[in-house]
Amino acid sequence: MQFMESNTWRVKVGLAEMLKGGVIMDVTSVEQARIAERAGACAVMALERVPADIRKEGGVARMASPKIIREIMAAVSIPVMAKVRIGHFAEAQVLEALEVDFIDESEVLTPADEQHHIWKHDFRVPFVCGARNLGEALRRIAEGAAMIRTKGEAGSGNIVEAVRHLRAITSEIRRLTTLRREALVHAAKELQAPLELVEWVAQHGRLPVPNFSAGGIATPADAALVMQLGAEAVFVGSGIFKSADPEQRARAIVKATTHYNDPKIVLEASEELGEAMRGIDIRQLEEKELLQTRGW
Amino acid sequence: MKVGILAVQGDFEAHAKMLTRLGVEPRFVRTVADLSGLAALILPGGESTTHLKFLLEEGLRDPIRQFAQAGGALFGTCAGAILLAREVKNPSQESLGLADLTVVRNAYGRQLASDVRFGPTRLRAQPLEMVFIRAPIIERVGLGVEVLAECDGRPVLVRDGRVLAATFHPELTDDTTVHEAFLKLARNGR
Repeated sequence: MQFMESNTWRVKVGLAEMLKGGVIMDVTSVEQARIAERAGACAVMALERVPADIRKEGGVARMASPKIIREIMAAVSIPVMAKVRIGHFAEAQVLEALEVDFIDESEVLTPADEQHHIWKHDFRVPFVCGARNLGEALRRIAEGAAMIRTKGEAGSGNIVEAVRHLRAITSEIRRLTTLRREALVHAAKELQAPLELVEWVAQHGRLPVPNFSAGGIATPADAALVMQLGAEAVFVGSGIFKSADPEQRARAIVKATTHYNDPKIVLEASEELGEAMRGIDIRQLEEKELLQTRGW
Repeated sequence: MKVGILAVQGDFEAHAKMLTRLGVEPRFVRTVADLSGLAALILPGGESTTHLKFLLEEGLRDPIRQFAQAGGALFGTCAGAILLAREVKNPSQESLGLADLTVVRNAYGRQLASDVRFGPTRLRAQPLEMVFIRAPIIERVGLGVEVLAECDGRPVLVRDGRVLAATFHPELTDDTTVHEAFLKLARNGR
């Protein structure tokens, strides 16, 4: 793909590379942002409400107010991300003018367009997008996403959907690497993704951008699980500031993400934690309550 | 020769690929025990606050200083250069203090200021391609520090004894020049 040669693309993916192995935390205030930075977060996501509250309170969830994002940008030295509604390129233009470091075109907010995502190549700020499978991931990359994250089921405190999405993406990638050229054409048709990207993935055995995990991570062991399943970093949304002990839990999840392959250290990180956020059994959710089905 | 890469967070895998290309097997360093037997250590790009907190918590700060005193070579890129500097500004933070430099964090601005540029180097005749990501600026270099590359008139690759520091990311290009220079420094002490 020609866009992958451009310098703009290289510095977008370059920032995603710098976040690998780290934890990106949802924060709704300056105080939370400082706690996240102190705990070792490699970036923060500035929000008005965490997904668990969006789920509970309902209504239309939009981009956070520039005021709170600006305050958080001034308070911490690590990169600051913010979310826009799917397809809402004008919100993205506002965030670019605000100079946030990364934009998340997110299913957690109420979609603004039921057919189209943002054409992300129009922006100089890098984008991250959620995906449940390889086809969705490759469509987002074709549109210009410089980082992919699993959607999971945000605000659920339940890791099962993130695991499902991560396994789907990695096993579909593995399958592509075994196919003959002519079979890749058929695979591209099935995945509803551009053939050139399908060929790239088949040749390299990975996505052309970093692949992170999000949606339901609530404990140090959750983080270690998705990292061992091939995630390159984790996003923690409601899991930290909806728990009984945000600062301690933030530190513990950072530690478990770094040492995901060392169960003794994940054990250490898991000890002396208070109560995790209360989770939701995904099967109890109605179809219309699912956030992961938003996005096309 | 054994070369370690601090693997807390960031682009440590990109450095590993560079070393592998140059025929050196990398070792990821996450604990003090991982340092034993190393001739050289790379501090990769990433978030310097995250790396610093990790070094303090894991008790790696003093062992890395001792490693440098015992003649080990060090190479830091971007966040790594910040950790190596004697003084860090914007905001001021603790560091290993192994290179006589003053470094200003995020000095070009936020991600929108990230860019790919070219600059002259003493390592070879042609300029180096330099990927800057939310990069720091080296504001001051000490008397004994050699400037090996510049960009827009500013030092961006410097050497202080056996310590090499770059504010850009040679590991994100196909060019092995800077890593070759580091391996030579680790082998010969210069």
